[in-house]
Amino acid sequence: MQSNAQLIVKLVVYFLLCIIAFIYLLPFLWMFGTSLKADTELLDFPPKFFPSKPHFDNYAKAINRFPFWKYFLNTVIITAGNLVGVIVSAPLVAYGFSKVNWKGRDAMFFIMLSTVMIPGAVTMVPTFMIFKNLGWLDTFLPLIVPAFLGGGAMNVFLIKQFFSTIPNDMIEAARIDGANDWTIFRKIMLPLSKPVLALISLFTFIGSWNNYMGPLIYITSEEKYPLALGMPMFMNRYGTYWNQAMAAATLTFLPTLIFFLFAQKYLIEGIKLSGMKS
Amino acid sequence: MQKKNLKSLILGLLFISPWLIGFIVFTVYPIVASFYYSFTDFSITTKPKFIGFGNFSRMFSDELFWKSLINTLVYVIGLVPLGLFIALGIALLLNKKYLRGIPFFRAAIYLPSIVPAFAFSAVVTLFFHPYLGFVNTILSWFGINGPLWLSSEVWAKPTIIIAAQWGVGGAMLIFSAALKDIPKELYEAALIDGATKSTMFRKITLPLITPTIFYYLVTSTIGNMQIFDLPMLLTGGGPANASLSLGIYIYKHAFTYTNMGYASALAWVLFGFILVLTLLYFAFSKKWVFYLGNE
Repeated sequence: MQSNAQLIVKLVVYFLLCIIAFIYLLPFLWMFGTSLKADTELLDFPPKFFPSKPHFDNYAKAINRFPFWKYFLNTVIITAGNLVGVIVSAPLVAYGFSKVNWKGRDAMFFIMLSTVMIPGAVTMVPTFMIFKNLGWLDTFLPLIVPAFLGGGAMNVFLIKQFFSTIPNDMIEAARIDGANDWTIFRKIMLPLSKPVLALISLFTFIGSWNNYMGPLIYITSEEKYPLALGMPMFMNRYGTYWNQAMAAATLTFLPTLIFFLFAQKYLIEGIKLSGMKS
Repeated sequence: MQKKNLKSLILGLLFISPWLIGFIVFTVYPIVASFYYSFTDFSITTKPKFIGFGNFSRMFSDELFWKSLINTLVYVIGLVPLGLFIALGIALLLNKKYLRGIPFFRAAIYLPSIVPAFAFSAVVTLFFHPYLGFVNTILSWFGINGPLWLSSEVWAKPTIIIAAQWGVGGAMLIFSAALKDIPKELYEAALIDGATKSTMFRKITLPLITPTIFYYLVTSTIGNMQIFDLPMLLTGGGPANASLSLGIYIYKHAFTYTNMGYASALAWVLFGFILVLTLLYFAFSKKWVFYLGNE
């Protein structure tokens, strides 16, 4: 009797999870299905999930309507710039906050963490004016250069946490052997930190790839659009061609999907880790 | 000794110098400048002109400010608890020991949360399309005439709140990790004492994840007070400003109407609201947030 009740509970849990997983994937299935429909099938009632015959030419048409590859490349450039910036600068800052003892260090670290609280809207206008005065409007620089300046408080925090697991004895031993901090940083800390650097690369990739407000503020010429601006523009102009619009959306979604398939294990472990540490 | 201290101070500052420069140029200076701008009349082309509290008194009679503020609070009141129930609910379902296929379920639920808003919004627009959309098609099978969703003044905000639930994956993972961290011995001991499942949930599970719930409430409230991407992409704040958030309204004043001074003042008001809400959370946290080892 007891085991029967347990079986029912199990079945209910599985049933619920299947429904939930289905709901979470549903919009994307609908997107993909619509992207393969013929123009005439769009108005079918009731609409079908997948067309009887897939029309892959919607993808070719979508790419003809907007320079997908150019926007894709622009996004890649911005994202790559951010990745380099974060990887170069965040570990340096984390080292200064964890393995060098200086007066005021912990207070400064606290200040760094508390900057996360400040809404972007507060700093938005003066930051825009800075880039305007530098003549950097309508270039990728405002979207890339800030990444070189510390790489974000959360990233520094995660690397610092990781550094603190590397024993100080090891560093002291190197110091006795005559190594200076720069050598220790490069030869000991960086090689040991590959896991955490991989993790913050994943976060940086997602953050930069998905950034919408940054390009919206700084990029005005269409040929410099990243996908973040190209896709909404497509929707505005050709949104009524639903099959092509969904083909464009599928193309925009695809890099994230591929990234996810490769990185999901690290990503899922990493998010748990960062959530706990915070 | 003195010299050694100075040397390590310089060394430390050198290492953190990238952040320090960024902090001064892109945080400290902008905060000071935007505070000053908030008391000025300032468009991109003209120099800031000091007008005292002009921008702040303007807000009192600015209907759109009040509308966007109320909309933002509606977003927060809708999004924060709903996200909590859904993320925690899924995490609890996934926390069953006997469960197979956890990686699949987790991946399926997490994936939408990293899809960029600019791609997701196109999907949502079609999904909730009044005539061609999936949702209204299903509703029509039950003889229900679905609403206009994003094109309806009443339904625009709820639609955005519903759409945002596809992004709870990150919170779900954090709750999952918190649930996994609860020491098994506590449940074993409770079982021996004859505790029921619901007692164990109320007396063990829930208290031990209150720090995570607290973390979620604070970060989700701060984040959603600034909600921008989804409403901007889905409706641009419409129809008739029904989904206009404070974030969008600030953006529009700064870059569409180039009222940089007014935009800065609005941003400071937003900051004020965020600070007050955060302080309230912390003030009430002692009443319900439980830290293992503190008692």
